[in-house]
Amino acid sequence: MMRLASYGQVALVVAVLAYLGAVYVMPSQVWMGFTINALAMTIVALSWNVTGGFGGMSSFGHAAMYGTGAYASAVLQVQFGVNAWLAFGAGIMAGALMGGFIGALSFRYGLKGSYFALVTLAFAEVLRICAASFNITGGGRGLQLAIEPGVAALQFNKDRVLTYTLLLAIVALVMALTAWLKYSRFGAYLVAVRENEDAARALGIDTYRVKVTAMAISGAFGGLAGAIYLQLWLFIDSAVVYGVAISVVALIGPIIGGAGTVWGPLVGTLGLHLLGEGAKTALHNAPGLNFVLYAVVLIVALRFLPQGIMGLAARIGAFGRKGGDDA
Amino acid sequence: MLEVRNLTKRFGGLVAVSDASLDVPEGAIVGLLGPNGAGKTTCFTIIAGFTRADSGSVRLNGQDITGMAPHRICGLGMVRTFQIVQPFAGLTVQENIAVGAYLRHDNRRDAMAEARAIGKRLGMGAMLDRPASSLTIAGRKRLEIARALATGAKLLLLDEVMAGLIPTEVTEIVGIIRQIRDEGHTFLMIEHVMQAVMSLAETAYVLNYGKMIAQGTPRQLVRDPAVVEAYLGHGAAARLQEAEHA
Ligand SMILES: Nc1ncnc2c1ncn2[C@@H]1O[C@H](COP(=O)(O)OP(=O)(O)O)[C@@H](O)[C@H]1O
Ligand SMILES: [Mg+2]
Repeated sequence: MMRLASYGQVALVVAVLAYLGAVYVMPSQVWMGFTINALAMTIVALSWNVTGGFGGMSSFGHAAMYGTGAYASAVLQVQFGVNAWLAFGAGIMAGALMGGFIGALSFRYGLKGSYFALVTLAFAEVLRICAASFNITGGGRGLQLAIEPGVAALQFNKDRVLTYTLLLAIVALVMALTAWLKYSRFGAYLVAVRENEDAARALGIDTYRVKVTAMAISGAFGGLAGAIYLQLWLFIDSAVVYGVAISVVALIGPIIGGAGTVWGPLVGTLGLHLLGEGAKTALHNAPGLNFVLYAVVLIVALRFLPQGIMGLAARIGAFGRKGGDDA
Repeated sequence: MLEVRNLTKRFGGLVAVSDASLDVPEGAIVGLLGPNGAGKTTCFTIIAGFTRADSGSVRLNGQDITGMAPHRICGLGMVRTFQIVQPFAGLTVQENIAVGAYLRHDNRRDAMAEARAIGKRLGMGAMLDRPASSLTIAGRKRLEIARALATGAKLLLLDEVMAGLIPTEVTEIVGIIRQIRDEGHTFLMIEHVMQAVMSLAETAYVLNYGKMIAQGTPRQLVRDPAVVEAYLGHGAAARLQEAEHA
């Protein structure tokens, strides 16, 4: 998973790891809470990265998978009394199914580029409205889990250090899966589809299947992130988990960090959160400020950093050609 | 090995391919000639499954593959290249070839090793780690062949792989194609460069306005008045004869 391409990337990764370690010993609990949020968002970013980064299918509606994971788990727990662990697993499954479904429908009709982005956005919005309308999803009030801290109900939020450690482990796991994907046949096919779909078809790749599968994998990660959100906050409502903000955060982290890389989503999401937090402190909590800032950073990144921060770091003290790849 | 029967394809009012048939026996190098816009590439896109014909059939090794998806046709052992080269621009040459090799290898190590071997065989050993986008036209044409070969397909459809090359590059590719054929592959190639067709193909077909107007050895074809007219315009055959006699 650590096939880095340059001293710049090594330095960057070391800095990220050092920060993540330092959080354990920082005097203020604020840092840990803040980093927990950043890690939770990193999982959505990693989800977007599968399709948007490797596959070149930029979704603008990853909230569809995130919200579905959160709602599937919440409905099962609240309305049907299902065990939290099972519900958590079901949330991941539901995310995968939603991703696969959106992909199957979009790619059946050959949607690409901004059309695909808009359709995913439409899906997320329709789901948001549905979740706010039906009783089973708690309507406009949302769903509140019964509070029972402990392993049985997967509720660890009283213990910040444990929560943080678990999130670190999950992010590491999803990154490991991403790395495995990247160096697998499937990953090579996904990148081939991104680079040139006709050439991919000519070389024996079932591009439709590759794209739908990628959406399902991405959906599983997204559903996982949503189910985690539920266990962290014990409460969800449609405006949050199906909200556009999730879809924006899902794509902005990977694009800034480096789309189609293993470390990019973590680097980008963490960097953005730090930047947003810094600006908030400096400018006394002006509301919505972090999104203005994200927009500026995104524009700058798209203009000057086509491969994101990881791409920039790759150019600093590059190893020999054989040394590695773009991580 | 390949039997194409009575293909017809219309684009609106334009009949791009009209009742075209051809055969490619195993181990042969067959040429498909014709002036620009004759419908050669359209024939390829139909044969390889990229477009549906309005009528006609395609059989590969006796199996009817008419209308089958390109990836399945590739899996059955026939692969096409593109006249307008289609590299995976962001990948290295070796990774490009590996995409083809993954069809028969399920892990990266084997696919990359196979890609390296094929790249070296096609004289691309020094370029393997370079991004495909940095290749010259000759390099890109070669990459098209390398990727196709890597799929393990036995029948290769080459669409103008020599167009735009200088004579020494043509000579090199001719050598490479002959070598690949001797290793057990079969070729159907669209070509404009007559020198290449003459020295490679045993048989060639000539397409003009979507119709097969002639078939024979390249030597016969260059003497065929219908072919000369198709290439040089109406009355050209007669003028050439006059010039010869004068
Ligand atoms: N997708 C298409 N839509 C409309 N017309 C097309 C299309 N593809 C090819 N044609 C037309 O069909 C004719 C044959 O084209 P093509 O097969 O590319 O010829 P060649 O490869 O022999 O130069 C041309 O007149 C071309 O403009
Ligand atoms: Mg053509």
